[in-house]
Amino acid sequence: MHVDTGDTAWLLASAALVLFMTPGLALFYGGMVRAKNVLAMMVQNLGAIAVVSVVWALVAYSLAFGPDAGGGFIGTLHLAGLAHATAPVPGLHLAVPPLAFAVFQMMFAVITAALLTGAGADRMRFSGFLVFAAIWVVVVYAPIAHWVFSPQGWLYQRGVLDFAGGNVVEVDSGASALALAVVLGRRHGWPRDVMAPHSLPLTVVGAGILWFGWFGFNAGSALASGQLAAQAFVSTQLAACTGLLGWILVEHRRTGHATTLGAASGAVAGLVAITPACGFVNSMAALLIGFLGGVTGVLAVSAKFRLGYDDSLDVVGVHGACGVVGTLALGLLAMHGAGAHLLGEQALAVAASIAWAFTLTYLVAQLVQRTVGLRVTPQIEVEGLDTVIHAEAAYDFGNVRATRLG
Amino acid sequence: MMLVTAIVKPFKLDDVKHTLHELGVDGMTVSEVQGHGRQRGHTEVYRGAEYVVDFVPKVRIEVVVDDETAVQVVDAVTAAARTGQIGDGKIWTVPVQDVVRIRTGERGPDAL
Repeated sequence: MHVDTGDTAWLLASAALVLFMTPGLALFYGGMVRAKNVLAMMVQNLGAIAVVSVVWALVAYSLAFGPDAGGGFIGTLHLAGLAHATAPVPGLHLAVPPLAFAVFQMMFAVITAALLTGAGADRMRFSGFLVFAAIWVVVVYAPIAHWVFSPQGWLYQRGVLDFAGGNVVEVDSGASALALAVVLGRRHGWPRDVMAPHSLPLTVVGAGILWFGWFGFNAGSALASGQLAAQAFVSTQLAACTGLLGWILVEHRRTGHATTLGAASGAVAGLVAITPACGFVNSMAALLIGFLGGVTGVLAVSAKFRLGYDDSLDVVGVHGACGVVGTLALGLLAMHGAGAHLLGEQALAVAASIAWAFTLTYLVAQLVQRTVGLRVTPQIEVEGLDTVIHAEAAYDFGNVRATRLG
Repeated sequence: MMLVTAIVKPFKLDDVKHTLHELGVDGMTVSEVQGHGRQRGHTEVYRGAEYVVDFVPKVRIEVVVDDETAVQVVDAVTAAARTGQIGDGKIWTVPVQDVVRIRTGERGPDAL
């Protein structure tokens, strides 16, 4: 097969950019939790990188992108253990080494699993989450990636468009986060007690890293270096900006304040919304989709208070809702094939992804809760996960706190 | 001897410190504290969730002085810390039975 060095260089660089999003997410989320749980949040994100990468190489990559096992539902284990690493990826005509594609897609699985830590903030066991993530990437992520991203998947074959994971990453993580939040239950004291972010500066830096990494996520999904990557790159930037503006405009109208957290969240909401569309729409459509994402996000994050589920850091509101809006908007704004038919297919993809992700995540979370345990005890929750589970504190101001043992 | 405790607005600390030095009060203990009297806190908004923050940052200044100076200290701090707005703070005085200067072992007024 022909290997294009430019395409390969861009895809490998993009894979590294997408990896960087997960430590960025650790900062984004870490700043939003209370000071007693910041390390627990961050180490769950690091743990997601480790566990999901290994499971991806062992089986999940093959289930997602291996030769179809029948019906476009799941791949076989032909590529398990990253076997047959020089044979072309089934259905794809790429000018890059298949391993570059495999590792690029690995980083997508990592960030998607890491997003779920936001739904379980302040109360999820580290060990339980690692087990959950390992199973989840096999039974939830890999099938949906196969349906949508693999040219042999049933949604792909129906003509569903998802450039960089509006369905596979965003809708998937949003629906999974809802199921996880429901199984875990509300945090002690929610929604009565104040659970304000302990460090918005961390959150802003995290949002910046996510934004930066998203260029690899979206423009890298061109799987080649050229016109398509450039379009996706530009769409990504424009949507992030209008997402930011849309969010703070609405919150200023509602509360009288444009907030830092709103600006950071709005940029992410715009990025989420443009993810499925970035290579399929023109730049002006990208402006509109990003704005719709920002407005959707700010409205969607209040839903949890009305409906009573503790999606602590708004994975459902930001990733789920904005992912749905971006995926549907693409049906009407795609440069090629936009219209009622495409919109219908996009809606089908959203419905199928939500149904699968919610149901299977609910079952996996229940399984883990009843075996290794997924929620910490009330005492640990009150004391804080950092000192009890990880034997560390994020912020040590010196003084007379401790004496060395031994 | 008296312990004079003053709760003042943080930005008034420099003025109060200056006026105490002018009275010849050399030592003081200062802490950053939170609280409220009739003044209430402010509102914060995080992703649309509004919180009322009840406690307002204040500075607590404590000095131990002899009885005559205590009266002057109360007057001087009152003048230095006053803005006329709600939330200017409070000053109270309580008697002190004994004081020890740890370095020398001096006791009572000699230790001040």
